[in-house]
Amino acid sequence: MGEGFPLLPESASTFAAELNLLFGYLTAVSLLFAGLIFTLVVAFAIRFRRRSEGDRPQPREGDLRLEALWTLIPLAIALSFFGWGADLFFRMKSPPADPLEIYVVGKQWMWKVQHQEGPREINELHVPLGQPVKLTMTSEDVIHSFYVPAFRVKQDVLPGRYTTLWFEATRTGEFHLFCAEYCGTEHSLMGGRVVVMSPVDYQIWLGGGRSGESLAEAGARLYDRLGCNSCHDAGPTARGPLLEGLYGSEVALAGGGTAIADEAYLRESIVEPGARVTAGYDEIMPTYAGQISEEGLLQIIAHIRSLGGALSLPGPGEPGGAQPSLRSEPGGGQ
Amino acid sequence: MSGAGGGDRQRGRYEGEVAREHYLNAAYGIRTWLLTTDHKRIALLYLISITLFFFLGGLFAVLIRLELLTPPGDLVQSETYNRLFTMHGLIMIFFFLVPSIPAVFGNFLLPLMIGARDLAFPRLNLASWYVFTVGGLFTLGAVVGGGVDTGWTFYTPYSSTYANSAVILTALGVFITGFSSIMTGINFIVTVHKMRAPGLTWFRLPLFVWAQYATSLIIVLGTPVLAISITLVAVERLFRIGIFDPALGGDPILFQHLFWFYSHPAVYIMVLPAMGVMSEVIACFARKRVFGYAFVAASSLAIAVLGFLVWGHHMFVSGQSLYAGMIFSVLSMLVAIPSAVKVFNWTATLYGGSISLATPMLYALGFIGLFTMGGLTGLFLATLAVDVHVHDTYFVVAHFHYIMVGGAVMGYLAAMHFWWPKMTGRLYPELWGKVSAVILFVGFNLTFFPQFVLGYLGMPRRYHFYPPEFQVLNVLSTAGASILGLGYLIPMVYLIWSLRYGQRAGPDPWRAKGLEWTVPSPPPVHNFEATPRVTEEAYDYAAVLPPAPLPEEGR
Repeated sequence: MGEGFPLLPESASTFAAELNLLFGYLTAVSLLFAGLIFTLVVAFAIRFRRRSEGDRPQPREGDLRLEALWTLIPLAIALSFFGWGADLFFRMKSPPADPLEIYVVGKQWMWKVQHQEGPREINELHVPLGQPVKLTMTSEDVIHSFYVPAFRVKQDVLPGRYTTLWFEATRTGEFHLFCAEYCGTEHSLMGGRVVVMSPVDYQIWLGGGRSGESLAEAGARLYDRLGCNSCHDAGPTARGPLLEGLYGSEVALAGGGTAIADEAYLRESIVEPGARVTAGYDEIMPTYAGQISEEGLLQIIAHIRSLGGALSLPGPGEPGGAQPSLRSEPGGGQ
Repeated sequence: MSGAGGGDRQRGRYEGEVAREHYLNAAYGIRTWLLTTDHKRIALLYLISITLFFFLGGLFAVLIRLELLTPPGDLVQSETYNRLFTMHGLIMIFFFLVPSIPAVFGNFLLPLMIGARDLAFPRLNLASWYVFTVGGLFTLGAVVGGGVDTGWTFYTPYSSTYANSAVILTALGVFITGFSSIMTGINFIVTVHKMRAPGLTWFRLPLFVWAQYATSLIIVLGTPVLAISITLVAVERLFRIGIFDPALGGDPILFQHLFWFYSHPAVYIMVLPAMGVMSEVIACFARKRVFGYAFVAASSLAIAVLGFLVWGHHMFVSGQSLYAGMIFSVLSMLVAIPSAVKVFNWTATLYGGSISLATPMLYALGFIGLFTMGGLTGLFLATLAVDVHVHDTYFVVAHFHYIMVGGAVMGYLAAMHFWWPKMTGRLYPELWGKVSAVILFVGFNLTFFPQFVLGYLGMPRRYHFYPPEFQVLNVLSTAGASILGLGYLIPMVYLIWSLRYGQRAGPDPWRAKGLEWTVPSPPPVHNFEATPRVTEEAYDYAAVLPPAPLPEEGR
């Protein structure tokens, strides 16, 4: 019969304890209310049972004070649920400065993970204990959802855009990784495990799995192979904007407005270059949609990041999806 | 609605009953049913159709529960399993729950309750059944022709690009069936506005009528959006026009917005009519006017309005912006309040009543318990951080079954037992009724309560294979489902039995108030011999009882 009969899920992230507490608060209030209703219904059904056909019910038609009471008290309680839930949610959506960044690509029916240092894994994610980890995720096909119950985190993974998720593991061990959004035939098999290791073990694991080149190096190779440098690296007379120091900076757009050069903007500029052209440049770049895999795109972005840039990491208020749209100020939000 | 007439009719009921002409014996032959414009006969046509769909959907549920007895997917293939839960959801929602109470009991009772001879548009009413049947045939065609595996939610781009199943045929079936809902909704709205008997003011309407009215508003406003969304899926699938698939330049989240704009209000389409049934049944079996009538009526409209503003709570982890999530969370908290108000008012109605625990009342009390659980767990899901963890897990599955089965189906069965004597002229066997109500309540809780725990433990929904530590709870759930299944089969048997062998009911076996109880059972073809004139409030139970000089303790 498997591994016993648990009633609470494992708790292995900084969110888990508070979520258990919040869930406990909701459960306690619910038991109180449900208990009250059950008790009253049963008590009334017994106390006021029909003893004869001639029973005269008490003619009570309504009471404004009671109506106000049982409107306002539940309202206040429901708003307390909202407040606590929204506060924790806000923190779940606000990664701290300088997290360990890992890229995830979902496809029918596997998770592909790329570490900045180079190692890649399938259906497994190795992370160090006690360090904030931020996942930047996209899908090659349909919508998936990255779900680690022990961390209490879940985020849908969409084709055509990046969504992010962060957590900080508090226990070493192996935990379930599930796909939570129905994605076709083998949806229930699209999962694996998250392995939380001590920082030292994690460094050893990174070294052991090293393929010889980091993600940025792989990106640089791809960048050269595609000939991106013929336009982007040729000095002030170049046909395309310079990429050094671009990442995270504010880009003035042709036709007015600005954009922050984050992952979403860089991805869009590669697959749909005409969408938001940098001011001062012509719309001449061809699209690379379909020519570079999602993993390749992430590698090129890692390469561009390695060229330096101004980005302080996205502040709180960044939506789960870094939608290539409205500019978001650090600490502000959409 | 004259209180004095009831006793005379009851005394004379047995002699006159056999020869009396009513809607069932006025004409014979299949033609007289298939071409009828009598709202009562159309209600029975719907009853037969949706009962067939209910048992088909139930069969799929049985297979799902059997598969989940063991962690590996060993009973059916994953392709088959995915089709089973998809078709279970589609059939139960679009072909059973949405039409259930409105199309059967709304159709049958609305004219009777407001003192009218029929609905405003009798032929439109018949047309709606044909449209429903055609939609059903398309969907059954899709089931036979390989099934569909998108989940009932049709999420894009899976449904529009990747799924290899009968998506178009199914979508067409759902699309067509939507029009039958719209036809019924328009018919009800016009009927309530224009055909109330003299003296039957809005605030004298039975609360069942209020609930049907609110439901019809949601149907008429929401269903076209569903039709649009699934049409767009079909357009993208057939013509590769980029609407939802990013590979074609579309946005998959757009589909979710459109879909839930209908499908969240659809939850209220399913449960509001059941709430209307609750008010009738509880008033009758507590012999009391519903406590806070105006608040119960207004809360139906509040649910109808607020229900349109909360769809985004299905999308907290979809990639929707943080602030949109917060607004939808707070609005979802608000929509819970009118439901809570109803539960409190029903409970208060019991206070000081003269309570009989007849079968319909057992279902009604069961409804209060299960709906309360469903509603409270809805607050868990509206709480942002909690939803992050339990979204798309069995917690959600348990929650909506408490609302839709514990709520809507319990309400449907309460209505079935309450108005069965009116519809058929026969009483069902009361003991069997009570036994099966208890079996259903126990079976339901054993089936779905473990799923709350499974969800919090992290078992995702729509999983064919699952980790072994979830097995105990799944076995409990399957055991409960077999009890639940028994609880559905028993009423099926004794209700059919009662058609021939049941005791004759007379016009008002429950001594209930309401115009429908002033006419004979089964009602005559034209319902009322003369248009009734209403001079009293709804649920004036004090008026039907003889004066009782003694205090109740002394009796």
